[in-house]
Order: sequence, then structure tokens, then C-alpha cells
Amino acid sequence: MSIQTNARLARRPAVQGLLRDRGDLLVVAGLGSAIWDVESAGENPLNFYLLGAMGSVVPTALGLALAQPSRRVLALGGDAEVMMMVGALATVGLRRPPNLAVVVLDNERFGETGKQASHTGSGIDIAGIAESCGLPTVRRVLDQAGLDELRGLIHRGPGPVFASVKIAAEMPPVVMPIRNGAIGMARFREALLGHEALKV
Amino acid sequence: MAAQPARDAWRDDLHGTLRSLDIRQVVYVPDAGHARLIDRCLADPELSTGALTNEFEGVGMCVGAWLGGQRAVMLMQSSGVGNVVNALGLAQSCGCPFFTVVTMRGEWGEFNPWQIPPGQSAPRVLEAAGVVVHRVTDPALVCDTVAAAGRLAFQSYIPVAVLISQQVTGAKVFK
Repeated sequence: MSIQTNARLARRPAVQGLLRDRGDLLVVAGLGSAIWDVESAGENPLNFYLLGAMGSVVPTALGLALAQPSRRVLALGGDAEVMMMVGALATVGLRRPPNLAVVVLDNERFGETGKQASHTGSGIDIAGIAESCGLPTVRRVLDQAGLDELRGLIHRGPGPVFASVKIAAEMPPVVMPIRNGAIGMARFREALLGHEALKV
Repeated sequence: MAAQPARDAWRDDLHGTLRSLDIRQVVYVPDAGHARLIDRCLADPELSTGALTNEFEGVGMCVGAWLGGQRAVMLMQSSGVGNVVNALGLAQSCGCPFFTVVTMRGEWGEFNPWQIPPGQSAPRVLEAAGVVVHRVTDPALVCDTVAAAGRLAFQSYIPVAVLISQQVTGAKVFK
């Protein structure tokens, strides 16, 4: 059975809270609503958005975390996005980058396609999968206190960190970012690596 | 036999080829044809090397490495090509280099009929997905082909695959 909570978290303030005072945190977000949530927290060139290639949020953040071991990296995706390539959690467990956090916005729905029930909606515990993969810090976030703790873990927790955040199946208004992936990638790389990196 | 080491020299030399391309991350779903290269990469402290559960992951990891300023390569066999198609859109949509070295099955002297469909379709699937494909059938040309393909990928910001034929790796024999 799914985890029953009386008051599921509202996704947008949850994400905005996690990104408050984010400093130089690198963020990789996946389609679709997770992107709107991140963008609603404020445009930032250190956000990289995947508007396709569903299942790629965790692998992309993992490659980035391995390349940038001195920076904290946050992967933010929906439950169906992460479940699509759930093997990537095993690869995170294999590589264990201490600077990576994976946060799943779990509404137990394929939200963008008509709110069909997703796997987590039938009780599959994605945080349990992360625990089985050996991630050292795993949380199931059900309330504001959990979010407050998670924000600290993203920046300082012994990683890789994993959290499922149980959110309501609401659909706040779309906050559309730059959709062109090449522009998004160039901005991110220039902000992170400097202008010269665009010339290599 | 004196000829054998030369024919197999690419198995040892390919690691140096990847290093000369300034590749820093190596991800793989193993194939026997890549075995020695994978061992050499794992033993190299300058390389971050690790296995994948599925080739799909490899595209994201290579794109993530590039986001973070590093070059990466995925080593795989032809049966994994179909797994990457949707993920390839990530590299394509972002103007991001993507580089993979694929050892072929299902072609030259293959004994396992289940390898034929993915092996035979691999080059066309990759090309249909917008990947530039370099095929190599001569052991003497493996390293040069990988070096040229890598430069093409990373300097022209496109996805490139090298397909190493079973003529090079030798058809797998089960005894």
C-alpha cells in the first residue's frame, strides 16, 4: 500500500524551499513538472534541464558529480522519471560520489500524461531501492521538518544522498524555462567552467 | 607465432588512444572484446571508470561529464545499441559530444542467432538516431579510427560511434 499521509507536501514551495540560499549548488532537473518547479525558484544558469530522454536525470547528475567532485550536485526528478532508469540508483551505489544528492518528487502519478497511477502509487518504495543500493543517506520526506533537514543534507550530507519527497498530485502552472538544450548546456558550462570552456 | 601480438596490439594500445583524447570518464557495459581495455582503464587512477546496469545510463553519464568539463566514452557491445536510442536525444538536443566504442556481435562468423538482430541493425539504428558511424574491420586501424572518431565527436560536438567488427575481435567461440 502507498504511504498514507494526511497532508501531502505542496511541490512548488517544497522545491523552492530546498533551493533557498542554494549558493553554488549545481542542479539537474528532469521532465516535466520538476523543471517548472525549479524554474519557479528563480532562473539560474547552474540549472540544467532535461526536457526529454526520460530516465536520464540521475545518470546525468552522476556524470556531473564525478566530473566536479568539489561541487554539490542535486538531481531532481519525478518518481516515474527515476523509476524509468532505476538501475541508475545501483550505479550511484557503485560509484558513490559523496557530492551527489538525488531527490525524487513522488506524487505517485505520471502527472504530465493524465495522472495515471505510477509504480510508487502501488506501494513500491523507491527509497527502499536506494537503501538496497547502499546509498549512505536515505530519507522519506513527509513533512516540513523533513524538508528542512533535507536541504541541509543536499549541501552537507554524507552522500550520495537520496530522498523521496511525497507530494500532492497537483499541477501548478507551468513556468517554462529556455527549452533549447544547446542554449541551456552552453549557459551551464560557461557559468561553471568559464567562457574559455566553450572554445574547446 | 609472431603475427598474433601485432594483430592484437590494439587491445593494449586503445587505452593510450583514449588517454590521448583527454578522456577522463569511462563507462561500460562489458563485452569480451573490450575486456583488456576495461581492465586497463580500471587500473588507471587518472580515469574514473565504472560499469553501468544498462547502456541507456551511459549517455546521461557522458553528457553529465561534459557538463562538468570532462570528456567521457561509453564502451558497449552491439546488443546494447537499441537501449540508447531515446537517451541519444539528450546529446543531440544539447549539441553535446557523445562518443561510444562498440564491439560488434551478430555478424562475422556469429554462432548465436540471438545476436543477429541487434548486431545487424546496430549501424542503421545509430545512423537513424543521428550518430556518425565509423566501422573498423582491420585490426591495424582500430586505434587510428578511435582517435579520429573521438576528435570528430569532441571537436565537432556530435555523437560518434566506432563499430569494431568481429573480424577484429574474433568471433566468440564457446567450447
